[in-house]
Amino acid sequence: MKGSMQPRRFRIDKVYWETDDTFTHELIPIDEGRFFNFHPGQFNMIYIFGVGEIPISICGDPDINTRLYHTTRVVGDVTKRKQHLKVGDLLGIRGPFGNGWPVEKAKGRDVVVIAGGIGLAPLRPIIYHFLNHRDDYESITLIYGTRSPDKILYRKELEEWSSRLDMDVSVTVDAAGRTWKGPVGVVTKLIPRIISNPDNSTAFVCGPEIMMRFTAVELLKRNFAEQNIFLSMERNHKCGIGFCGHCQLGSYFLCKDGPVFSYDKLKSYLSLKEV
Amino acid sequence: MYQEVDMAKLNPESVVILQKDDLAKLLNILRSHSYQTIGPTLRENAIVYDEIQGMEDLPIGWTDSQEKGSYRLEKRNDDAYFGYNVGPYSWKTYLSPARVRVCNASRSENGFNVVQETGNAPNYAFIGVRPCDVKAIKILDKVFINDFCVDNVYGNRRKQSFIVAVNCTEAGNTCFCSSMGTGPKSEEGFDLCLTEIVTEQSHFFVTEIGSDKALEVLEALSPQTASESEIKEAERRIENAAQSMGRNLNTDRIHDLMFDNYRHPQWDDIAERCLSCANCTMVCPTCFCNTVEEKTDLEGDNAERWRIWDSCFTLEYSYIHGGSVRHSTKSRYRQWMTHKLASWHDQFDTSGCVGCGRCITWCPVGIDITEEVSAIRNSSTVPEETVDQPR
Repeated sequence: MKGSMQPRRFRIDKVYWETDDTFTHELIPIDEGRFFNFHPGQFNMIYIFGVGEIPISICGDPDINTRLYHTTRVVGDVTKRKQHLKVGDLLGIRGPFGNGWPVEKAKGRDVVVIAGGIGLAPLRPIIYHFLNHRDDYESITLIYGTRSPDKILYRKELEEWSSRLDMDVSVTVDAAGRTWKGPVGVVTKLIPRIISNPDNSTAFVCGPEIMMRFTAVELLKRNFAEQNIFLSMERNHKCGIGFCGHCQLGSYFLCKDGPVFSYDKLKSYLSLKEV
Repeated sequence: MYQEVDMAKLNPESVVILQKDDLAKLLNILRSHSYQTIGPTLRENAIVYDEIQGMEDLPIGWTDSQEKGSYRLEKRNDDAYFGYNVGPYSWKTYLSPARVRVCNASRSENGFNVVQETGNAPNYAFIGVRPCDVKAIKILDKVFINDFCVDNVYGNRRKQSFIVAVNCTEAGNTCFCSSMGTGPKSEEGFDLCLTEIVTEQSHFFVTEIGSDKALEVLEALSPQTASESEIKEAERRIENAAQSMGRNLNTDRIHDLMFDNYRHPQWDDIAERCLSCANCTMVCPTCFCNTVEEKTDLEGDNAERWRIWDSCFTLEYSYIHGGSVRHSTKSRYRQWMTHKLASWHDQFDTSGCVGCGRCITWCPVGIDITEEVSAIRNSSTVPEETVDQPR
């Protein structure tokens, strides 16, 4: 129920370790209703009994509503406990929250997906969406940057997507050993390689704030229009329903106005520190 | 001679007279309607809102003397019931309590069960709500009861509340409701609104009726109609308060003034003084931010989630992995004041400030929001871009 702080329980059905510190839970709803519908780019508040609640973006296929997927990096109290949950254990979910990526606006256009680090998780649903509805979009480009080859998320999916002839995938890392055959460097360096028509392109960007800022600047240099660059912002969340105040970014509440905004709505804030 | 009112002819918007003794009766009627009556009381050397059983619980004959960073109680030379302005508490204490349980769970095999909350809320009758605070409640209504979502905690309490407002006939030194358009007279948002008139011969209340609920309550009181001269006298006293406002805040283009001056040096100046103690947010009648704490018993078999007041002045407030977004005091004060005076307009189509002056009085170092706005306004500059440009 909207306005409630009481979670719905989900059972962990599978645990996938993506890297040494990042794992994905596959969840099945056990309380009222067998389905969980969401829009790519939305997030849930995940509750771990006795520990607390954290916002985590939904990273599964939006056309599958019987299972819920969340990728989590171990960074704080809740995620440290979460990593020890086993198959069969329960956790709580409130959501979905937020507006999500405006996929409708990208119909009939070239789409460019740019992810930095764990920022790939909130973008995975949109990639599934584009591929599920392949004919609705023109070219699909994915640029993903992460720290090193062992930090690459969703390796299986990336290999599968890379092998497709109707999608362009580039993975770059900040540093790598000799076995790495891909590019080395920040994601922005790959942007000039995008083969697309900026007038008919929409970009979806998620990663650390600084990465998104520089990515947006690079896309603008390539003549992308401000309103065709979408960024997903991160702030603290305690409620997800607009009452706790923590997720404010200037005049926005990320939980109800965001977390996704076009660049023109964000640029005045992105140029300021500590907003 | 007073004429008794024909109740059938009364309607919301009518004006009647309640004598001093009628107020005690009013309180009893409200209590018999199963309202918990909350009003001003003397405690901790301040006037604070608490449960009142009768009018003798009010700070009769007391007043408060306020200045920036200073609050003192003083005796009045009359027996006024409401002869003071606002204290450190506001009505949000009751409508969105400082601590409230929002979730309750117990351990089960493999996980936990959620115990359904009943959503029961007390029926509150608030006695002596100042016009600025009536407006503050209207503002909180927009925050907690809107098209996007309704907060169960606030919504249930608010739905059942009964508001007896009291217009101000004297303004405090830190008051600036006239600037914010919220007082000293309450125009709407109350069930009853009193203007207290104390003279050597008489002590009565010019009373406006604001709701059908109030009509029902008044029925047992058989109030008298207000004469034109009584209404005039109430207006004169309210005007007196308007003329004696201790502070003034120029709100002209305030939204843009705040947003255009993110980089103003005054923020550094404030940060030199601000202790980041969060007092201003605690006493503010519209500051609504909260956080949620997980509380478990020693065995870890039961866990409760408690919503508690939070403040944008704490480091934890803006914490995300990697650090707090607003790590400097400067950025936190700027967030508070910009939110209150500017972004609030974008979010809720109203100012977040009602001019009650609490943040000025209760700031331990006497930071005065009206002075800070003037300082920014008087030297408003939009400095050159100092952003790190990508290389």
